Amino acid sequence: MTGISDTFTQSKKHVARRPIKWSVVGDHAVLIAGVLLMVLPVFMVFATSSHDRIEIARTGLQFGFSDQLGVNYGKAMFEKGGFTDTVDGSLMLMNSMILGFGFAIGKIIISMMAAYAIVYFRLRFATLAFWIIFTTLLLPLEVRILPSYEAIQSLGMANTYSGLIIPLIASATGTFFFRQFFRSVPEELVEAARIDGAGPVKFFIDILVPLSRTMIAAIFIIMFVFGWNQYLWPTMITTEESMFTLVRGIKQITQGVVDSNDIPEYGQALALSIIAIIPPVLIVLFFQNWFVKGLTESDK
Amino acid sequence: MAVVTLNAVGKTYPNGFEAVKPSSFTIADGEFVVLVGPSGCGKSTLLRMVAGLEEITAGALQIGEREVNDVDPADRDIAMVFQNYALYPHMTVRKNIGYGLKNRGTSTDAIEAKVQEAAKMLNLTELLDRKPSQLSGGQRQRVAMGRAVVRDPSLFLFDEPLSNLDAKLRNQMRIEIKALQRRLGVTSIYVTHDQVEAMTMADRIIVLNGGEIEQIGTPAEIYHSPASTFVASFMGAPPMNLIEAWIEDGAVRVNDGTLLASSGNRTVGPVHLGIRPEDVQLAENGQIPFDISIVEELGARRLLHGELGGQPFTVHVGKDVPATAGPTTVHLKPESLRFFDPKTGKAT
Repeated sequence: MTGISDTFTQSKKHVARRPIKWSVVGDHAVLIAGVLLMVLPVFMVFATSSHDRIEIARTGLQFGFSDQLGVNYGKAMFEKGGFTDTVDGSLMLMNSMILGFGFAIGKIIISMMAAYAIVYFRLRFATLAFWIIFTTLLLPLEVRILPSYEAIQSLGMANTYSGLIIPLIASATGTFFFRQFFRSVPEELVEAARIDGAGPVKFFIDILVPLSRTMIAAIFIIMFVFGWNQYLWPTMITTEESMFTLVRGIKQITQGVVDSNDIPEYGQALALSIIAIIPPVLIVLFFQNWFVKGLTESDK
Repeated sequence: MAVVTLNAVGKTYPNGFEAVKPSSFTIADGEFVVLVGPSGCGKSTLLRMVAGLEEITAGALQIGEREVNDVDPADRDIAMVFQNYALYPHMTVRKNIGYGLKNRGTSTDAIEAKVQEAAKMLNLTELLDRKPSQLSGGQRQRVAMGRAVVRDPSLFLFDEPLSNLDAKLRNQMRIEIKALQRRLGVTSIYVTHDQVEAMTMADRIIVLNGGEIEQIGTPAEIYHSPASTFVASFMGAPPMNLIEAWIEDGAVRVNDGTLLASSGNRTVGPVHLGIRPEDVQLAENGQIPFDISIVEELGARRLLHGELGGQPFTVHVGKDVPATAGPTTVHLKPESLRFFDPKTGKAT
């Protein structure tokens, strides 16, 4: 016993005498600086969103809090605004949700099915088809925005959710990820399933989809955030204010008042910005374990 | 339970490679047949054609009374055990075993009853709620067996099911599989490259080489009367001794003139003489000199490696026979000698 307690005190002393490692301090300084660089602007937006518009207009971004927090957020969410006075923050939040989920889920479904066809079926030009899909990575929405708009407009899908979502859900990245994943699924699994009487659809739903779940989670996060932050396409295809998404609606709050020489509702706009940040952050927090798993390990 | 008949069944790939030359044989009801051969001999391709996972490009395959060339694997009434088990990783053992039944529209209660029965048979009852990743290799193998057994098929197909297990477990599973097959009486085709597995498990062995059947026979026939030098050297460890010799004047001699045996009325000319190492006896004053260079001690027996007539030769003796490196003489049992044509390699 004495031996053990001796060692214990010794090690305690040892800890106490441990010299400061300057390299560790340096590492932490760099990390802390990085964190501040990322977090401080967000904090300033949050703090400023608690001030009234006159104060913001006069003194700019704030570090401290004021008493207008509830008022600004309440108005941002529930006060009808915009040109037609029909849209409030909660409606835009819902529109953004619909776009984010529709975009992510649509992309996952489409790209999984495309990858399934390319990997598991003996198609004559499967490889060619894959590379054609892959080259569309070189043609992002911005390049084809006019023809896309023309097509959706003439189909009468402007100002609809389907018009907002469908043109965006073809995904070369998703197809590529799923293709690589499916190719790593052992061949015997397909054969065992065939002998077990699972046809192509059953194999897909019973085996491939559950096996891909970490992969799906990872792609879902990326795509949800990507869809949530879409700005250009929603701006083009939605002209009715009731279809506005949050990201685009923030601007709308300041817009009307700029025209009328009034002081813009900066506080509300910043409140809306904070609200717009929250859902993607929650999604990432919620799925982050799966996200890391999906990108690093496979459960086969 | 079914008779399986292959009538000139062959496989040629689109690039012209003939993986399996047209092969014909019949497997009796309840028989355990082992396909054995070196890598790339076409044994797995043959099995996969029976399973329906590979298209048959020539001949006809019958399972039971039915020709199944164009029948989907699911409808052939077969079950297959794969080398890497091919368990569904996201399903529990229970679901893995029951999946095939579920796809056939069996009621949930009936599935549960059958899964329980199969699990009991294979000692898996405790493990039913585990995932494959939580099982050891041997347990996974048993789950794969369970998946096959539960369907009550008329034909079992095994594709090197034991090659991922360690040696000890392999011996144990070998016996378990054989016992299970005996009890269920299901016709089985088993592919392996391990000749010990083939010898110990088979009712009949089919030896394949280069996409062609070399020999079909019981383990004893294959071992004692190999049809070719390939079978002679592939089956048995250590393999059969093969000595290049010459027949003349009613005698078989090695190049240096040593008389090995009388040739009876065989034709004059070169010959490969085969004899199993255990059919050679060390003799105090024998006729044939044998120069031992290495004694391999195996406990229950000894292997003596050396040269006979300038050619490598192995003798297998019991543990009680004293042996040391150096020259000695041997006696070849005349009834154990096998003669092969040096050109074709076939037995004469």
